[in-house]
Amino acid sequence: MAIFVNAETKVIVQGLTGGQGKYHGLRNQAYGTQIVGGVTPGKGGTDVDGIPVFNTVAEAVAATGATASFIAVPPKAASAAILEAAAAGIAFIVCITEGIPAQDEAKVFNTLVRQYPNTRLLGPNCPGIISPGKCNIGITAGEIAQLPTATGPNVGIVSRSGTLTYQALYELKQRGIGVSTCVGIGGDPVPGTNFIDCLKEFQADPETHAIILIGEIGGSAEEEAAEFIKANVTKPMSAYIAGVTAPEGKKMGHAGAITSGGKGTAQGKMDALRAAGVKVGLNPTEAGDLMAEIVAAL
Amino acid sequence: MDLFEYQGKQYFARYDIPVSPGDVAYTVDEAVAAAEMAGYPVVVKAQVQVGGRGKAGGIKLADNPDEVRLHAGNILGMDIKGHLVKRVWVEHASDISKEYYASYSLDRGAKKHLLMLSAEGGVEIETVAVENPDAIVLLHIDPVDGLSLDVARDAAVRANIDEEAIDGVADMLVKLYTCFTQGDCDLAEINPLILRPDGGVHALDAKVSLDNNAAFRHPEWDEFRATEELDEREQLARTHDLQYIGLDGTVGIIANGAGLAMSTLDVVNQVGGTAANFLDIGGGANADMMAAALSVINFDENVKSIFINIFGGITRGEEVAKGIVEALSRVDLRAPIVIRLDGTNAQEGRDILANAGIPESKLTSKPTMLEAARAAVAIANGTN
Repeated sequence: MAIFVNAETKVIVQGLTGGQGKYHGLRNQAYGTQIVGGVTPGKGGTDVDGIPVFNTVAEAVAATGATASFIAVPPKAASAAILEAAAAGIAFIVCITEGIPAQDEAKVFNTLVRQYPNTRLLGPNCPGIISPGKCNIGITAGEIAQLPTATGPNVGIVSRSGTLTYQALYELKQRGIGVSTCVGIGGDPVPGTNFIDCLKEFQADPETHAIILIGEIGGSAEEEAAEFIKANVTKPMSAYIAGVTAPEGKKMGHAGAITSGGKGTAQGKMDALRAAGVKVGLNPTEAGDLMAEIVAAL
Repeated sequence: MDLFEYQGKQYFARYDIPVSPGDVAYTVDEAVAAAEMAGYPVVVKAQVQVGGRGKAGGIKLADNPDEVRLHAGNILGMDIKGHLVKRVWVEHASDISKEYYASYSLDRGAKKHLLMLSAEGGVEIETVAVENPDAIVLLHIDPVDGLSLDVARDAAVRANIDEEAIDGVADMLVKLYTCFTQGDCDLAEINPLILRPDGGVHALDAKVSLDNNAAFRHPEWDEFRATEELDEREQLARTHDLQYIGLDGTVGIIANGAGLAMSTLDVVNQVGGTAANFLDIGGGANADMMAAALSVINFDENVKSIFINIFGGITRGEEVAKGIVEALSRVDLRAPIVIRLDGTNAQEGRDILANAGIPESKLTSKPTMLEAARAAVAIANGTN
């Protein structure tokens, strides 16, 4: 078991003929992911290292039976690519594109909710998802993810930041702790999938025994997650929030990472998570140590 | 990107939002010329991106050219909360019957646009929110539907906007929403939005923050960018396309990825140090980027040590190492480097650094983020 994806997930890559799409698409394939096709308008009928390329997502779906799409196209084209995938019946979309205007993201998100309620969007501006040994969609280096064991305990990871997602995977690997699924939800203001969506799935997933949450300053997603955890999550958790020392009012690289008027601060988020029973580390290593303690007690 | 008031008003004007006639002035003579054009009496307003201008003496009324000279002369060059006043906005002084408040932003929790409207404008909206929350109407707008004049009118009625101002305010709300959405604003705020004795309404102030991600479809933003107040370090970083924010500490920071960079600041802070900056060299950092990042850090005179924290995903360890070796051959770094290199091809990178003949006084390698932070802070604090 894993969440959102598994070994059977068939994936197409929108933008497979571009630099990023090709590099990561082939890496995902080499990891064992079923990359069954690519989509680039005007390049239908060609192939990338034997992977067939189609002009539209609809054609790719008809020919391959894909249910997931990996979008690696520039910001200007990303919104249209997401909506095209949804319209073609793709159930799970991973969009790694960074730099999509917030107005476009808000419009796309609300369009998906209303017109394509059965489509889940992960991202944009996210590292993707990896279910170690089964499926890797996105830019995570697969070798840093520890394989889950049949008997567990295995840990689920959900994170807003790309490199901190790797750091979390690495902390667990160092300690020999298996990972069920690792989801990078991305650092943008309007993520398609949020902490709560992932926590729900992890709570229901029999292969996940504990959960690490990596948050950062800005917005109120961690506070909302804390409320949800209090009421719904019985699996033990550790967490880390990046940006304790961030100056107010400055965008810290991620468009979503900004604290203003004392709202969205790391301290407020840590307090909320602690109040929900989550063990909060002051750096990624500490969150890893806390998880090792949790796992040892399971 | 935050706009100055005068830029915000110019931006509003593009969307037919009425503002007072006026002009921006960099000198006393220009201020007088702007006043003649706007028509007396005028208001001379300091252009700084910080609140409390009025209390600091940065907003003055003037009835004639002599008064404009006096006030503009005083205000230009004034320091308001650490912000140097380089320009003033001179506009015709408006007669005010009522002051309202209106703004649009994105409610990230609801993932919808949020209109905030109040009949109690002219004061900090945060204060109204605390003291009299019922005086603020909050309206969520689905970005797919947009905002109709009827819905705007209804909001104005619910906010207890005066009867004679309802039509004008509703019209303003629709125009401001267009500015917010088509103009790609993170925030579009009017405080105060005024009702004049003649029954007209217009924007007396403008607070606009633009979404940098949308710059590609707004060539008209170039002129705003030119006046953006960046310190020299930030200017240099921008020319290299690096995500850099200048801070006041002594440990220069380079990390790949925004989250890891933030986390690096945190760890430095936890072990008793202070960060000189936030610098994200990005996911696909290569040798050139690393060399550029080091040259930006080197520009900062406060830097006593440099902490390079790399977790290779897309970024490859050997590329990072090559960049450091190259940078060391190009620039004479003012401070020693402490590096933590992990992830993709980390061992290759460590080997390159170890075999490059760099003395330990210039570069040390540590296996974990925490140990590297301790070493960098010890150097910066002189406790090593």
